[in-house]
Amino acid sequence: MAKYNLKINGKSRQVEADPATPMLWVLRDHLDMPGTKYGCGIAQCGACTVHLDGNAVRSCSLPVSAVGKAAITTIEGLSENGTHPVQKAWIEHDVAQCGYCQSGQIMSATALLKSNPKPTDEDIDNAMSGNICRCGTYLRIKEAIKSVAQ
Amino acid sequence: MNNKNIDLKAPIGGLGASRRSFLKSSALAGGGMLLSFSWFAKAQAAQNMPALPEQWAELNGYLKITPDNVIKILCPNPEFGQNVMTSLPMMVAEELDADWKNVVVEMGPHDNVKLGPQFTGGSNSVKMYWKPLRNAGASARQMLIEAAAQTWGVSASEITTKAGVLSHSSGKSAKYGEMASKAATAAVPKEVKLKAPKDFSIVSHSKKNAEGLKVVTGQPLFGMDYKVDGMLIAMIQHPPAFGMKLKSFDAAAAKKMPGIKDVFSFKLYDDGFEQSGFDTRTFNEMIVVVGKTTWEVMNARKKLIVQWEPAGDLKETMMGRAGKKEVTVPGRLETTSSQFELMAEYAKKPAQQLRKDGDPEAAFKNAAQVIERTYNAPFLAHNCMEPMNFFAHVQDDKALVAGPLQAPSWVEPTLAKILNLPADKIEIQMTRMGGGFGRRAYGSYVYEAARISQKLKAPVKLIYTREDDMSYGIYRPMYTATYRAALDADKNLIGFHVKGGGIPENPVHANRFPAGAVDNYLAEGWEIPSNVTIGAFRAPRSNFNAAAEQSFLDEVAEAMGKDPIQLRLDLLKRAKENPVGKNNDYDAGRYAGVLELLRDKSGWGKPENAGKKRGVAAYFCHNSYAGHVVDMVMRDGQPYVERVTSAVDCGVVVNPDAAKNMVEGAVVDGIGNAFYGALTHKDGVAEQRNFHNYRMIRHNEAPQKIEVHFVQNEIDPTGLGEPPFPPVFGAVANALFKTTGKRYYNQPFMKNGANEGQKL
Ligand code: FES
Ligand code: FES
Repeated sequence: MAKYNLKINGKSRQVEADPATPMLWVLRDHLDMPGTKYGCGIAQCGACTVHLDGNAVRSCSLPVSAVGKAAITTIEGLSENGTHPVQKAWIEHDVAQCGYCQSGQIMSATALLKSNPKPTDEDIDNAMSGNICRCGTYLRIKEAIKSVAQ
Repeated sequence: MNNKNIDLKAPIGGLGASRRSFLKSSALAGGGMLLSFSWFAKAQAAQNMPALPEQWAELNGYLKITPDNVIKILCPNPEFGQNVMTSLPMMVAEELDADWKNVVVEMGPHDNVKLGPQFTGGSNSVKMYWKPLRNAGASARQMLIEAAAQTWGVSASEITTKAGVLSHSSGKSAKYGEMASKAATAAVPKEVKLKAPKDFSIVSHSKKNAEGLKVVTGQPLFGMDYKVDGMLIAMIQHPPAFGMKLKSFDAAAAKKMPGIKDVFSFKLYDDGFEQSGFDTRTFNEMIVVVGKTTWEVMNARKKLIVQWEPAGDLKETMMGRAGKKEVTVPGRLETTSSQFELMAEYAKKPAQQLRKDGDPEAAFKNAAQVIERTYNAPFLAHNCMEPMNFFAHVQDDKALVAGPLQAPSWVEPTLAKILNLPADKIEIQMTRMGGGFGRRAYGSYVYEAARISQKLKAPVKLIYTREDDMSYGIYRPMYTATYRAALDADKNLIGFHVKGGGIPENPVHANRFPAGAVDNYLAEGWEIPSNVTIGAFRAPRSNFNAAAEQSFLDEVAEAMGKDPIQLRLDLLKRAKENPVGKNNDYDAGRYAGVLELLRDKSGWGKPENAGKKRGVAAYFCHNSYAGHVVDMVMRDGQPYVERVTSAVDCGVVVNPDAAKNMVEGAVVDGIGNAFYGALTHKDGVAEQRNFHNYRMIRHNEAPQKIEVHFVQNEIDPTGLGEPPFPPVFGAVANALFKTTGKRYYNQPFMKNGANEGQKL
């Protein structure tokens, strides 16, 4: 067990956890922030995507001890009430089916748009192919991303 | 609740029958009204369906109207992505003439008396609630009109309603909220008239997902997110292989790990337990590790030292439609390749005749040409993005369970038996599900959570890791089918034969197309028992049949020198005008309608599309008709579905944009499963354990465009979650032939990324 001072969604949070604990479980179990989802635990599905200093990372494979001073943003920190342009686009395109993958999809999409405000289809394919959606909402995800890019 | 007389496999369409209705109303504390609806008339059982128990025909408590004009509608059925939390309330709001902006939707409690069957599956939700929910809305509207008529001293017939406002020709008007308290005392309408589809202003007009905002802001909607104070986390160590069982274990090291509360083994069902159809469970005796946090439990689990042993043949008592039956579950440790060989052997043996028309033997004997092809498919894992999980808090005299579940009413009786509690002391809360696809119709993970909580006397959440979820699944069965077609010298189709089998279930739907369209027809089936657990998977059996039959018809059309859509239309014309045999369970006219729409919208056969590599397939299941034209190209040396045109006849479409979303999803899911889906075993051990070796379709592999068209009609809605899925497989197979010049008979079509189409 060790103590960590984390910067999450602009706030400083203290946790005590085993150094190997993935950020995913720190968020979900220690900090009661269940917006970040568990899908595979091995960086294959993207359900757990968060931002680490603005970059999309898979929190299931990010040990709490590796976070250091980097700022973490989760789906809960994207906006107060769903007003981030990507969240609005998701609603406008009615992307979600079951919705379970969508926190991760949105976090991947927001990181992409931040670094590349006008992504091509290929850029979108590259940035989004690490996020699985069994419900098959990929086309709407792409449309939603493009609508923000315009 | 008592629902033991219900045939759980039967679709519950009887609720749609018209019946005398009446309404109970009461004032809400603080004003407004609670409108509770009941239908007490005997449910008129629809064709081939058992009569409904009376309490299911009584529906109560659908909506509340408050003085400040908020209309709260409870959704009876659990949500797993098919968007019922939007479409079902839309049906109430439509007949109520509510202003959709003022409608608040909430998931209802588990209460069959008040909310009906509450089963999500079989593409049934909209179909079974179509009339009851509209009756609810229409009755409430009538009550509000009565209240306004009394208040204003005018005749009820002079009052109109629109968008939550009552109006009279004199200029008087009031919002629903203003009349709600008074409406609680108004006379109860005996009959209500429902709108004609042309008058709909909410239904058939796209509405956004009622929980869309909650989803995109990451709110705790799912079972995985369920949490109460003092809740423990539990994970189960299953035997490593189907056919194995627990011998002994040493938990000393695991128990010493930080955060661990307990480690113990438990039995799910007591010896001699009578399993009903949906009590399927992977293993009966398991070890559970319980602790404070997920990560700690995962780590402690690795410290378990366990001895497993072959389980041998097991005797189980199953309660089926035909009553009690003892079955033997074979102890063999199964390997996929040998299971395919076993199926090939069985396929040669005599099988059970399922349907016979005319003289198929003679037709095949006299044929000028016989085409025979065999199709194979492996187990599929459901891979819901939210792994199985459930919360349970079992106390001495009551229990609360909560989580993702398609069929709470099927789980409750078993839970009552296991916990030895009366059903009315068990509360089941339904969370939003991160996918279901049939998997969550089987509640064994609920029983597991309940057993664990009962032993610990504490609130517990059971979580399956992805590896648990994938390797201890309740899979889509393995299937095989051999199709034969007899052609005469003029290339007319004179005989058709399908013989199908599977592990452990025969896939054949004997009365489906092309039954009814061919004079000489034979359908046969056989089954091989297995210890690998199987269950419903998005369009059970159809998801294989459509692939096999629709690929086969493509080859038959080729042999006959006919266009594949035209061949189907010719056969359907025959089935419509002069059907062969009895019990053809599809409507040939609607089937043909979908194909015609598809031909038209895809520009099938048009010169501008001549260079395209296209495949077509259409299928009937879950009372609806769906077809696709798939345009394929080679991309980086691999076949890629670039564009899809889809046509669907599911009757009235309640929420068009969401319905499109579901068809798009079915297409993507279908391509993914057809190309990559496979769960294989080696000596009973699942070879795929996570997404690194179970390939799922990904963003860059989805088509660039999916164009969805619905047949416009006023037929009462039928299913949509499943019907568009099966024909994707056939259309993909047929497009593969056009693209690669090879026929694909074995799923998945892309084995290990290579387009071999070999048997696994
Ligand atoms: S849970 Fe992290 S990528 Fe799947
Ligand atoms: S919306 Fe269900 S997994 Fe993506």
